[in-house]
Amino acid sequence: MTIDVTNASDPGASAPGSEAFVVKRRNFRNVLRALEPTFVVTPFVIYSFLGLGVPALAVFYLAFHGETGGWTFENMRLISHGIFLIGFENSIKLGLLTSLIPGVIGVFVAYAIQTSKSNVLKRLTSTGSGVLANFGGINLTFMFIATLGSAGILTAWLHALGISLTSIGFNLYTFSGVVVVYMYFQLPLMVLVITPALAGLRQNWREAAENLGASSWRYWIHVGIPVLMPSILGGMLLLFGSAFAAYATAESLTLGLVALAPIQIGNFLNGNVIAGETHVGYAIAVGMLVILAFVMLLYSLVRKRASKWLQ
Amino acid sequence: MAPVSVYEVDRAEDEAVPPFSTGKPRRRFHFRWWRFLILLIVGAYILIPLYAGIKFSLQNDTGGFSDLAYKSLPSAPGFTAALTLSLKLAIATAVVSTLLMVPTSVYVHLHMPRFRRVMDVVTVLPIVIPPIVLILGVEGEYPLWARASPYLLSFMYVILAMPFVYRSLDAGLSAIDLKTLTEASRSLGGNWLKTMWNVILPNIRPALLSATVLTLALVFGEYTMASLDLWVTIPVWIVQAGQTSDGHIQVAASMMGLIGTWILLILVVSLDRSQSRRSRRRAS
Repeated sequence: MTIDVTNASDPGASAPGSEAFVVKRRNFRNVLRALEPTFVVTPFVIYSFLGLGVPALAVFYLAFHGETGGWTFENMRLISHGIFLIGFENSIKLGLLTSLIPGVIGVFVAYAIQTSKSNVLKRLTSTGSGVLANFGGINLTFMFIATLGSAGILTAWLHALGISLTSIGFNLYTFSGVVVVYMYFQLPLMVLVITPALAGLRQNWREAAENLGASSWRYWIHVGIPVLMPSILGGMLLLFGSAFAAYATAESLTLGLVALAPIQIGNFLNGNVIAGETHVGYAIAVGMLVILAFVMLLYSLVRKRASKWLQ
Repeated sequence: MAPVSVYEVDRAEDEAVPPFSTGKPRRRFHFRWWRFLILLIVGAYILIPLYAGIKFSLQNDTGGFSDLAYKSLPSAPGFTAALTLSLKLAIATAVVSTLLMVPTSVYVHLHMPRFRRVMDVVTVLPIVIPPIVLILGVEGEYPLWARASPYLLSFMYVILAMPFVYRSLDAGLSAIDLKTLTEASRSLGGNWLKTMWNVILPNIRPALLSATVLTLALVFGEYTMASLDLWVTIPVWIVQAGQTSDGHIQVAASMMGLIGTWILLILVVSLDRSQSRRSRRRAS
């Protein structure tokens, strides 16, 4: 192949010695060219492996090893009961609460905005949702301390109305507080995720339903909701994953005192562990990864279904 | 004579329509009503904490107005050190991220379209694998010399930023006719470097800018990895200061961080919008 190309492109160079030389050089150059893609993507591949692959594999490896080395299922046994199991239960409960409630409300908000005639409102919410959805972490914590903490402004307003937050079982620094704070970034996230799906609902479907005599209610029951359902479920799964994995907001709000799986990993890393359980953090991480992998699997299935109707 | 008959036909149609269309105005009326209610409740939920945060940061202990919290912020113990560290990490992260992701994305777009699928999957992983798990693995298995340096955080932040950076670059590169531009540049005698610097980079500037801004916002807000790697960056400083002082100063710092992030992200959104407008114009 190479020889053909050389001869065709360079018929004048017929001296046997020089031809062999040219062929050799071309070969070398072709090898280089063939390797070029490998060279270019190598840094990216190595970087991703070091930054993603190594930590993930390390977590799996250490989760199944004891302090003295050697394979063991002891860590897995530890996380399957007691406080660590409660941590998982709470995390799943938190994920469900902060994906179902903002998930449902988010659909209504997105629809209300999408069908509104005000362009200012539309632009404001699309920008605002983008900003707020990225807005977890400690800034959020302190904003809510100023709102619903013991000296918070909303606390004072409610107090003036004769409502005491503690008497209705709400405390910002516990599980109930974490739920309220998480919704602050979960709701905009849902609006962001569901808006394209709502935009995909075609006007002529509605007209077709009306021509067949359907009321607004029946249109939603038989057309709107079934078409939107995969997108809504997909959005909720995304919300679940985001709440389940979040650490910074819950940690800075409760100072590590609420029993959630990510917080327990943090406590483990900070050295708050009982002797004999020093590898249990890795086991919690593996548990989290398994749950998240399952969520992502469901998400990809749901997405495939969603793309059937909405592009 | 003729106009009257037309008028009558029109009216006859008008009368025939009502049974089918009465639903519409009534539905609109109903709907507006609950739209107002839901936007009111959600708006209150979003805006009251913002208002409370700003108000609280502008109060003194007795409830009067005071900008002391903002004024004393720069001189608060540890603040400058934390700010310096965050700045260093942000610059290192942005530089490494750009050097790693831009050439790779451009090359893959040009010559290896099939590798794009691999990059799609890899760059989604930092969203799926929580940062807390990543830092756990890093602390567990990385050598001590690596863990002793704050730049390990930068190393990991490049990973955390990958989803935004790649998504942004990918959109930017898809919006331009990369192949034609590159071939034109090469046929005019430009080498790889010149093509990259003078042709490709100016064309993806909005994408590059929004990727950088998102990276900076990420570094300045990241708490999980920094606190567990025991480095006092700005967010870690805010939480630690919260355990010793009266609270106004941290709320002030948080509100500054929030408003700063807000401005940066609004910038990104408007950049994205101008980018998509440009690509739409090109397509039409």
